Amino acid sequence: MAHTTTSVEKKLVGLADLVVRAAERGRDPSIEIPVRSLSNVKFNEKRRIIEMGSNTQERTFFNVGMAKKFMQTILVADALSELQRADLTTSLREIYYRAKHTIGDSHENTFDNQNESDPLIEDLEVALTALREEFHVRAENAGTVIGPLTVVDDGDSVDCSKLGKGGYSVPSIVEPEYVRIKRCTADFVLLVEKGTQWNRLAEDKFWKKYNCVLLTGNGQPPRGVRRLARRLHDERRIPVYVLVDNDPWGYYIYSVIKQGSINLAFESQRMAIPDAKFIGLSSLDPERYGLPRNVGIKLNDKDIDRAKELLNYPWFQKKEWQKEIRHMLSLELKFELDALANKDFQFLTKKYLPKKLQDKDWLV
Amino acid sequence: MKKKTAVPESKTSKPSAAAGLPARDGASALDASVPPQSQRARGLSAVEMGARQREISVSEFFTKNRHLLGFDNPRKALLTCVKEAVDNAFDACEEAGILPEVVVKLEPVQTADAPVSPAQATRFRVTVVDYGPGIVRDQIPRIFAKLLYGSKFHRLRMSRGQQGIGISAAGMYGQLTTGKPVQIISRTGEKNPAHYFEVQINTKTNEPRILEKKQIEWENHRGTQVTIELEGKWQKGRASVDEYLEEAAIANPHCQITYVTPEGETKVYQRTIRELPPLPKEIKPHPYGIELGLLLKMLHDTKSHWLSGFLCSDFSRVSPKVAEEICKTAGLQPHAKPRNIMGEEAEKLFKAIQATKIMAPPTNCISPIGEKAILTGLYKQIKADFYTAVTRPPAVYRGNPFIIEAGLAFGKGPGEVAAKRTGPVAEGEHKEDDSELARVLRFANRVPLLYQQSACATYQAVLETSWRNYGISQSRGALPAGPMIIFVHMASVWVPFTSESKEAIADYDEIRREIKLAMQECGRRLGVFLKRKEHAKHEFHRRNIFELYIEEVAEACKRLKGGRFAVERLKTQLMKIAMKRTGGEKTDELLGKKGGPEGLPDSIIVTAEGVEGAVPELPVEGAPELAALAPPPAGVPAEPAPAPKPVQPSLPLEPMPKAAPAAKRAKARPAKTAKTAKAGKAKKSKAGR
Repeated sequence: MAHTTTSVEKKLVGLADLVVRAAERGRDPSIEIPVRSLSNVKFNEKRRIIEMGSNTQERTFFNVGMAKKFMQTILVADALSELQRADLTTSLREIYYRAKHTIGDSHENTFDNQNESDPLIEDLEVALTALREEFHVRAENAGTVIGPLTVVDDGDSVDCSKLGKGGYSVPSIVEPEYVRIKRCTADFVLLVEKGTQWNRLAEDKFWKKYNCVLLTGNGQPPRGVRRLARRLHDERRIPVYVLVDNDPWGYYIYSVIKQGSINLAFESQRMAIPDAKFIGLSSLDPERYGLPRNVGIKLNDKDIDRAKELLNYPWFQKKEWQKEIRHMLSLELKFELDALANKDFQFLTKKYLPKKLQDKDWLV
Repeated sequence: MKKKTAVPESKTSKPSAAAGLPARDGASALDASVPPQSQRARGLSAVEMGARQREISVSEFFTKNRHLLGFDNPRKALLTCVKEAVDNAFDACEEAGILPEVVVKLEPVQTADAPVSPAQATRFRVTVVDYGPGIVRDQIPRIFAKLLYGSKFHRLRMSRGQQGIGISAAGMYGQLTTGKPVQIISRTGEKNPAHYFEVQINTKTNEPRILEKKQIEWENHRGTQVTIELEGKWQKGRASVDEYLEEAAIANPHCQITYVTPEGETKVYQRTIRELPPLPKEIKPHPYGIELGLLLKMLHDTKSHWLSGFLCSDFSRVSPKVAEEICKTAGLQPHAKPRNIMGEEAEKLFKAIQATKIMAPPTNCISPIGEKAILTGLYKQIKADFYTAVTRPPAVYRGNPFIIEAGLAFGKGPGEVAAKRTGPVAEGEHKEDDSELARVLRFANRVPLLYQQSACATYQAVLETSWRNYGISQSRGALPAGPMIIFVHMASVWVPFTSESKEAIADYDEIRREIKLAMQECGRRLGVFLKRKEHAKHEFHRRNIFELYIEEVAEACKRLKGGRFAVERLKTQLMKIAMKRTGGEKTDELLGKKGGPEGLPDSIIVTAEGVEGAVPELPVEGAPELAALAPPPAGVPAEPAPAPKPVQPSLPLEPMPKAAPAAKRAKARPAKTAKTAKAGKAKKSKAGR
């Protein structure tokens, strides 16, 4: 691919221009960065996604507290633009190593660990309104997909229905330029929180029987998984169901898939799936499916605090959701998906999901 | 080990205490005295018991209780032997008005056929030479081979030794462990002959036994040399001979010590002060300091005819008026005969003395080291960034005057720190942390105390001081943390030791309070220093980060823009903004010499740029210092050894150049840049260590 100056590269070079302009006028160079915290997000009721507010913070150079961060930001921008010119993708960690060196003849490093460089990339994402994928920065391949789906990745056609029970490892960047969806005959997408339960479903060929795409992100799904689910939902017009543990963290994973995350609210428009449905595990399910109390786990203080926080989020204000969360709090128990094995090893595949799908028993 | 309390009154008879036990180490006379076994099945008659009751000589007592004198184990024995000989040499020189100079030589003695390494040797020959006043011929045997014989016991004056046990005990220990006599050479002046003696102690009678005596040729014009062979163990580190001499050099900067280690290395602790400390005056006991028994004895022994006269003339700080008041309180006639006062009357008198207000004892009997000298000693021996010293005004405990002095050396010296920082740290690596605890150097009458630190009042006082107030971290009940050396010296006519072995100072409230006050003053000065240093560092950092980061940012901008880019121009522009924002010239001023030791009396600050404060002038390398040039003396005195030829044998007899105040001198040599001064210092301390 012949190199042409991308818009992202232009934005990065713009930072250098900013410094030069400020220097010429004898001003303190400063970058405006939107604030990435709960205080600066709002829930767009109409679009049903989390959007970033307009609060910004200034990162100036000639301020003892910010000087290093400013310098680091410019260094990260430099590394990212190098990536653009070379047309390579890389990991967060490689960016860190690329930008790390000793400053001059001092004994100070530009970065002491990766925790310093990672947030700066997110800062640049929001400040320059570019996605991480556009920066050519990938995370680890932490997701897997299996089902009646064929994608073209780097010119190779991959049929996800012919990959045994291992599935296709979802790349971190699944933008159309990198991964093209060639064929998808599935009726819906099932996004499972845990790899273990995904394995159960893949082994039982659940996807074959119910004609669906099985996706997992091993915990909080990485961007690649979220983006793929979103694209399947948008491009193939199929519903997305989310299956998570019954605890506050499971609820939050669902909400991230549905509305986007607070930290990277600006990405919601590309990632969020407002129509995603919560299929389980609901706090009402143990009673409905006869799970004994002794396979539950007592909520700890952290869980309780988190649950109470969730109750206040604008996107959990629906009556059903308030009931769901309060019920969990009243039970004082959380249930893992794995607990379903208490009934039968294949309870999830043979009883639970079929019944849920049949009864349309889900929350939106 | 010179304390009186442990020595039983030799006249006291003790029923069968030692008599029945088998005698050790050649006290053969004991064997005959064991009476025949009693006929009766049990119990002895008074007569039989009486037959067993006999006198115990002091020497016998100590052969069995050698730990009381500091000879508990071979390692400590070697240290004690050196210590006693060196203390005696220092005391003698000072009393004679001679700047002390000693040579200490340790040689491992071969016991088996194969030569032994110094670390493994079990027998050592200790030789200590001084260039002091010498000892008159007749006294030599008694001084070195009779316990409790000396000049220092019967007076109240500050000196290192006190009872006259030390050196003879060391000789006795040598005699017990190796069978070798003590060898002495002494000469009292150029015109007098040198005498050579080999003596042993008769442990039964506590009398010297002369094995050999003759006049010999000796290259030293004046002084004393003593050689003792003993069982010992030589080890470096804490409580070692090496440490003892190093600390002695700190507390005695007017003394020159040459140390020839068992490994044959020669270390010279240079004299840094050419002035003798003023000779302390003898005083009479203060009335508050005596006990009833002593009062009775004094009443009996006095030459005065009247009670009031006795009080005035035999005690310090008792005027006729005070004497009269005491008599009145006690209900005794001032004209009473002292000898007739005993029993109840004596007790009344004793109580009256305690109840009467009497002026504190005179303090001219104590000669403190002095702030300048402490500073010099620390500066010479220890590499640090900051030094300070405090001499407290005299105080009194139980009628004994005393002075507490403290010193402090903080930091590792500019050179050390630079050497440690080898480069940037990797992830997870930390910059070196200063978790080491402070080290406390304790001294009593200029003698280093090396054992029983935690039992010592000085140690307790250091713990009790709130070092956190001065910016030093300190865990509860622990020494302060940091690269710090704390120096504490107690000077007194009578230092209260916790035990006979003279290892720790007893915890009197008055003493501890004084030490704490001295610590607090040192701490306060250290706090000021640390604050200034922190401030300067902060400003420097503030300024520096912009300079460093501008470089980075400008280069990154250049890469981002690619192609031709006026990077130097950008740097200059950014620097200009930085200067404007950080106060520019003002910062330079702050970074400059403003952090000097103003307001910090008796302190030295060492920075990478140079040394500020009351910097002592150290002797220049290669100056005609006596021991520095003279080779170490040969240990074997029997045949005239070709050894030390002092260049200036009569050095102390010549008028000594009066040492000018150090600060003034420092100013008076402007040609010497700070850099050379630093280099000189570095060399010095290397030689000193």
